[in-house]
Amino acid sequence: MNQKTFLAFIGPSVLMMVLFIALPLATVLKQSFYVTQPVYQTLEVETCTPTFTGQVCLKEIKTIPTIGDNGKVIKQTSFVGFVNYQNVLELPRVIKAFANNSWRQFMVIDFWKALRFTLSFTLVTLPLVLFFGLIIALCINNVAKSIRGPVIFVSLLPMIITPVIGALSIRWLFIGDGILTSFLEWWLVRDISMFAQAWTIELMMMFYRVWHVAPFAAIVFYAGLQTVNQDTVESAIIDGASRWQKLRYVILPHLMPLIVFVTLIHLMDAYRVFEEVVGFSSQAHVISLQWLTYDFLTSDLMGNRSIGRASASSMLTMIGIVLLLIPVLRGVWTDYKGKRL
Amino acid sequence: MCPIRQESNLMTIKKIATTIAISLISSSVWAGCAFENNIELKSLSNSFDAMKAVTESMAECGNVTSVLDVDFKDKQPEAFAANPSLYQIGGVSNGTMVPLLNAGTIRPLDDLVAKYGSQLKPSQLIKVNGEIMAIAMMVNNQHLMYRKDIFKDLGIVEPTTHAEMVAAAKFMQSYNLVDYPIGGTYKAGWNLGEEFINNYLGNGGAFFGEGNAPSINNATGIATLNTMKDLTAYMDPEYLVSDSTYVQQQFQQGKIAMATLWATRAGAMDNAEESEVVGLVTMASAPMGTTRPASTNWWDGIVFATNMTDEQADAAFRVAMEGIDTEMVLANNDDAVWLIDGYVAGSAAAGAIATADNGAAPYPSSSPGMGAMHTALGNGIAAFLTGEKDAATALADIEAAYTISATESGLM
Repeated sequence: MNQKTFLAFIGPSVLMMVLFIALPLATVLKQSFYVTQPVYQTLEVETCTPTFTGQVCLKEIKTIPTIGDNGKVIKQTSFVGFVNYQNVLELPRVIKAFANNSWRQFMVIDFWKALRFTLSFTLVTLPLVLFFGLIIALCINNVAKSIRGPVIFVSLLPMIITPVIGALSIRWLFIGDGILTSFLEWWLVRDISMFAQAWTIELMMMFYRVWHVAPFAAIVFYAGLQTVNQDTVESAIIDGASRWQKLRYVILPHLMPLIVFVTLIHLMDAYRVFEEVVGFSSQAHVISLQWLTYDFLTSDLMGNRSIGRASASSMLTMIGIVLLLIPVLRGVWTDYKGKRL
Repeated sequence: MCPIRQESNLMTIKKIATTIAISLISSSVWAGCAFENNIELKSLSNSFDAMKAVTESMAECGNVTSVLDVDFKDKQPEAFAANPSLYQIGGVSNGTMVPLLNAGTIRPLDDLVAKYGSQLKPSQLIKVNGEIMAIAMMVNNQHLMYRKDIFKDLGIVEPTTHAEMVAAAKFMQSYNLVDYPIGGTYKAGWNLGEEFINNYLGNGGAFFGEGNAPSINNATGIATLNTMKDLTAYMDPEYLVSDSTYVQQQFQQGKIAMATLWATRAGAMDNAEESEVVGLVTMASAPMGTTRPASTNWWDGIVFATNMTDEQADAAFRVAMEGIDTEMVLANNDDAVWLIDGYVAGSAAAGAIATADNGAAPYPSSSPGMGAMHTALGNGIAAFLTGEKDAATALADIEAAYTISATESGLM
């Protein structure tokens, strides 16, 4: 189609993306280099609080925000360069940990602890999602046509459940004397506390995520399986290929673009793991990058939010995703160029 | 012969009966409220039983809509900063009042109290710099609850310090009467920070030095951390994900024998629908630290927005006074530890009162750095309890995290 028609078609989408993705991203980038603070003044203030017998009055010197003529707190925004990033990455502590050759000291720093978990979560769940997605797709494909509909429905169910609800369900199944924990305790004849240490929590999170995302991979692969060239399959059977060889030499190459697609989507989604951390209340043991950004944004009792650090953490998360996606995208690009030739 | 007169007698009786009935109905609508409110008023507050009682009592005056939301503290600062304010009345605690106070979005109440506040006791008037900024209605603190039947069977005396709690727990363990001797609301985040703050204040510690600088990395801080760790040895190993509701349920289901819980949870122990330990739990004072009880006093009360007309403020104040009058307290006596006349302290309130009598400190919400400090504590103590850091390193890292937050928000 000609240039004008093409532009007319993608125009609205591009406009939406600029408005709702590019501009906010640019704002967050800008915010990560600034800090907004209320202007404080030091005053002596007396506060009285009630007790049963009367009141307790305390006089103390306090810093309180200054209120301007318009009745609102006066705030000043100043450019601070990379200070927000430094506060998030805490490089002095990183250097100290490496100087002491201590992995544990390194892992105690919030950002790196979150990064370690996010990376292992993403890279461990990816092959599992692809594997189980493929298995389920092949099973659906081989099932009798009469019950195929119900089978597809049942295998899609985990994807329907809202992530927070799903995470809470897993939590209730395993926490304290939950049904599954009690069953495990009975079976293994020992006390088990699934939420008392980090590795069991991480396992449950990964298990939940694979269970939740595999149906998506399955349905994508199932669609791909419908377009496998039947001639190639028949000639493979005639040539005496085993099931495994058929899978490896005919089906998998055919599904490769879809596998790449699912990989891309899953990498982007898994890197932003958040609902599991919230649903399991695991912040004492396991945190993720997205959760760290959320924690910076949560206001404390005085109403303060660390918006500068949250913006910096957001940008660092985005950079991480981009870095993860580069190998996959490069593969796609060389493939595309190869086909063009 | 006299059908008409009989009929008219019947009609008269019917009329009289109807009039009496109507007057009874209309008077019962206004029974709870001394005046009829004609101005649209809205209130935003937390959602617990005592607040429900107060807002229902306010609603009897008419034209009052109440929003009860657990996330009220995130909504209030922006809602009250709007002009005109989105809510005229706010339910707050000593902690959640501070952002509103700092932003100037709540109004002084001295003249309103003088006009309509004759029912208020002096202890209900929350004064900041000589001006009344809030009306308190109830107090809350964390205190000790324990199973008196188990303690009696094993011949253990009521523990008054943490050391005694640990000794009782150790003794109890061999008897296998409960899953875990001690329960603790040690969920990482706000709850864990609150536990440290309670214990640290109990040991007489101070959080800040000159110019909002942190000062918790000292002998008192280390002793506090060690006490917390000693207690966790007798808790459910999942204590770092256990919040107040979870621990309350553990207590109700007979899984733990002692815990320091909020006074507002005391009533739940005797709730026959949920609890298996009705009548078996004693409410006692919070354990003593070296200086005072390891607990903090909180109050809940009512504030009024600055951004509203004086007419609205008048009506709002009168409605609030109706909401927290003696009649409401008499009807909802056990919902909270009320500061209002007419409250009769039942056995459920014994622990809260004992803790306050023993001299528990108020939660230091007036310190401007307290918010950042509480958050830093909540995030940083878990690493010590899981053994990843030693006490001094944990406290040093918490101070560093606080310093970053305080510098970022301009306090340091």
